[in-house]
Amino acid sequence: MSEKVWIAGGGVISGIGMNLQENLESFKAMQPGMTAMEYLHSVHRNTFPVAEVKADNEQLADLARMPENTSRTALLSLIAAREAWKSTGLADISQYRVGLVSANTVGGMDKTEDFFNTFLSHPQGGRLHQVVNHECGAVTELVADAMGIRHHISTISTACSSAANALMYGARLIRNKIVDIVIAGGTDSLTRFTLNGFNTLMILDQQPCRPFDETRTGLNLGEGAGYVVLVSDSLLAHIHPWARLSGFANANDAYHQTASSPDGTGNYLAMKGALDMAGLQPHHIDYINLHGTGTQNNDVSEGIAINRLFAPHFPAMSSTKSFTGHTLGASGGIEAVYSALALREGIIYPNARFQQQMKELPFAPATTFSTGNDLHHVMSNSFGFGGNCSSLVFSKE
Amino acid sequence: MSDLKSQIVEQLNLQEVKPEDIGNDDPLFKTGLGLDSIDALELIVLLQQHYNIRIANPEQGPEIFHSIRTMAEFITAQQQKQQA
Amino acid sequence: MNIYINGTGCISPQETAQIGPLFATLREYDQVRLSTVDPDYKQWIDLKQIRRMSRVVKMGVGAANLSIEEAGITLPDAIITGTAYGCLDDTGVFLNKLVSQQEEMLTPTAFIQSTHNTVGGQIALLMGCNAYNNTFVHRGFSFEHSLLDAMMILEEGTAKHVLAGGLDEITNYSHQILSRFGIYKKTPVKTMALLNSPDAGTIAGEGAAFFTLSTEKGAHAAAELVGLHTIYKPLWEGEVIGEIVKFLEDHDCTLGDIDLLVTGRNGDIDQDEMYEEVAAALFPEHPEACFKHLCGEYPTAMAFGTWMANRMIAEQDVPAAAMFYGQPPAKLKNVLIYNHHQGTHHSMILLRAC
Repeated sequence: MSEKVWIAGGGVISGIGMNLQENLESFKAMQPGMTAMEYLHSVHRNTFPVAEVKADNEQLADLARMPENTSRTALLSLIAAREAWKSTGLADISQYRVGLVSANTVGGMDKTEDFFNTFLSHPQGGRLHQVVNHECGAVTELVADAMGIRHHISTISTACSSAANALMYGARLIRNKIVDIVIAGGTDSLTRFTLNGFNTLMILDQQPCRPFDETRTGLNLGEGAGYVVLVSDSLLAHIHPWARLSGFANANDAYHQTASSPDGTGNYLAMKGALDMAGLQPHHIDYINLHGTGTQNNDVSEGIAINRLFAPHFPAMSSTKSFTGHTLGASGGIEAVYSALALREGIIYPNARFQQQMKELPFAPATTFSTGNDLHHVMSNSFGFGGNCSSLVFSKE
Repeated sequence: MSDLKSQIVEQLNLQEVKPEDIGNDDPLFKTGLGLDSIDALELIVLLQQHYNIRIANPEQGPEIFHSIRTMAEFITAQQQKQQA
Repeated sequence: MNIYINGTGCISPQETAQIGPLFATLREYDQVRLSTVDPDYKQWIDLKQIRRMSRVVKMGVGAANLSIEEAGITLPDAIITGTAYGCLDDTGVFLNKLVSQQEEMLTPTAFIQSTHNTVGGQIALLMGCNAYNNTFVHRGFSFEHSLLDAMMILEEGTAKHVLAGGLDEITNYSHQILSRFGIYKKTPVKTMALLNSPDAGTIAGEGAAFFTLSTEKGAHAAAELVGLHTIYKPLWEGEVIGEIVKFLEDHDCTLGDIDLLVTGRNGDIDQDEMYEEVAAALFPEHPEACFKHLCGEYPTAMAFGTWMANRMIAEQDVPAAAMFYGQPPAKLKNVLIYNHHQGTHHSMILLRAC
């Protein structure tokens, strides 16, 4: 049951780049992706900055080689999943037992919103093709069908921790010999549904967000997709692994539907569980990719849980959501790719706009991009709604 | 204040609570009606819908929503401000 | 390793939340949309929490509680939920207001309750359970993957008692939209006539069924969950037939060992053809029972089918309401449940009396 699971590659599309290389360039150049809304049509256009993927659906459909009326969630997913597969150098996908485990929270909601404009005034109104792929699982199947994946296709939706849970489930499918390779991660497009939903919670920042900063006032939403390719140890000779998924854990905060407990119980249990599975002590972790949404509540809970687990030896850490925004169901996938790449290249990512130390915490995030660091173990956190908390640990070998 | 009580019961779907059972000075949160942070956000929208009062900072919530009386006083003060 | 079903809970269009023989009082319908028979949810949920909950959340919490009560535990070591549609009612409420109020003056409750992990999160919150918690939202595999996840966790040895289940609700919006896809009968059909109705379309259903699984046999365990297998978009009937044979072989079972076949026939002549093919090729002389005339068609209906099969093993009886072909078998040792949803998602579960 403890068979090694390797990360053979990854792909990302986000508000800071159409592929992983572009994402990396944006970190190097300290160019976050939040801007005024350009592609999402909302009355809040001039109020809340968002990190949109900088392309309209026509351009994305071209890139994905899919019809233009496909849900943006599926277009983003297919582009990143294909990049992930290509980066592994593995042969034709049909030669392996491959699974696709993709997380999302909105499914085809971008199209359903358009449908409802007409449908609400008349039950026979609205075009059915706008809702045929409404379900979260339908988005995954569009991608699986386009890539020729059949052995195991699944979709997970646990709010902000969705994609981290997709990696965990994927790794366990491999360990339980159900498949040999899993493309695992998540996708979410910006929708009016989520934008307005987070607005009702009054946790959207009207400025670019400031994770782990004393002056933070909320998060910025983003969109995108990120996938890693998980490969069983038996195929190690066929790949050039970026890293190994050495530990993971999922816990529930069981405190409140949307808020984290003040002492970060779920966060602590997830991080501790992931370390235990990896057989590591806290001081072995060299970098943490924080959940770090920039809300008052998340950052203090996460910070207190980190303090409890890691004091007095704090690893380097940062919230890459200060660049990509919070991409919800995609975030755990995007950040897993960043984390695996961090190990391959020795990267510590910057936390943009950090200025003022949080009074509750004895540590501060990294503020500059650096590469060539001697990293052995990296942790990635994903916490959120419904109390769902997950942590992943990646190791160099 | 009785209007306000009915509005609160309706907005928060407080089943088995009669508006007249809520005392003017009863605490709305925790020990009293037992409301929580999600209810506070609902009450912010209630003020906007029924009284055209906008609260931008949710941290003001606990002070304004302490009791029916504090809410009513806040509404009156805001309405006077708007008329002035 | 043996995995026992130590407790179950089911809320459905039948009186399944009651104690007593299976389908003792059959609810017969003459409509295309079935609704759950709701127990008093206040026995599990206090008033402060229930006021925000939609039906799907309540039925999930109810079925989950029934299941752990029967298993005799208070806190599971993992909670895994499968739902294809998620919390449709709150999604519809928020979407409606979003559109009709032009994104102004929206309230948070419906949004919070609309996320797919609401049910799993609420079960954990009400039980005070910090353990593993996951939600699968993959159409006709949502329930199956939650069971698979539970089986893997038990195999891995990281949990003793796992609570896993499947659920979906119908709302007015979802029913209007799904009806436009032509999935349902144009005119109502009586419950006991559905499976022999001569035309296309089925009836809409909803419900929740949860299972408490463990590697230790509990006091009320009647069956083991021997195996589970899914097939995505099979190319032809032969593929399904071949996979069923292989599935049984993998679990050291022959066709002759199967005492009862339970299928997901739903009264749509096009969709039921697959069950005809499978029965004719592999089980021509086997008794067959069905469940969708009792619970309706929905992506997680297999959870109801599995619950029903487990109860039949416990009672060693197949109620007449569920029999479709042949005579009720004298003993119920091995029961194979085979279901497909929309012809694209096929699954099979093998239960064995213990």
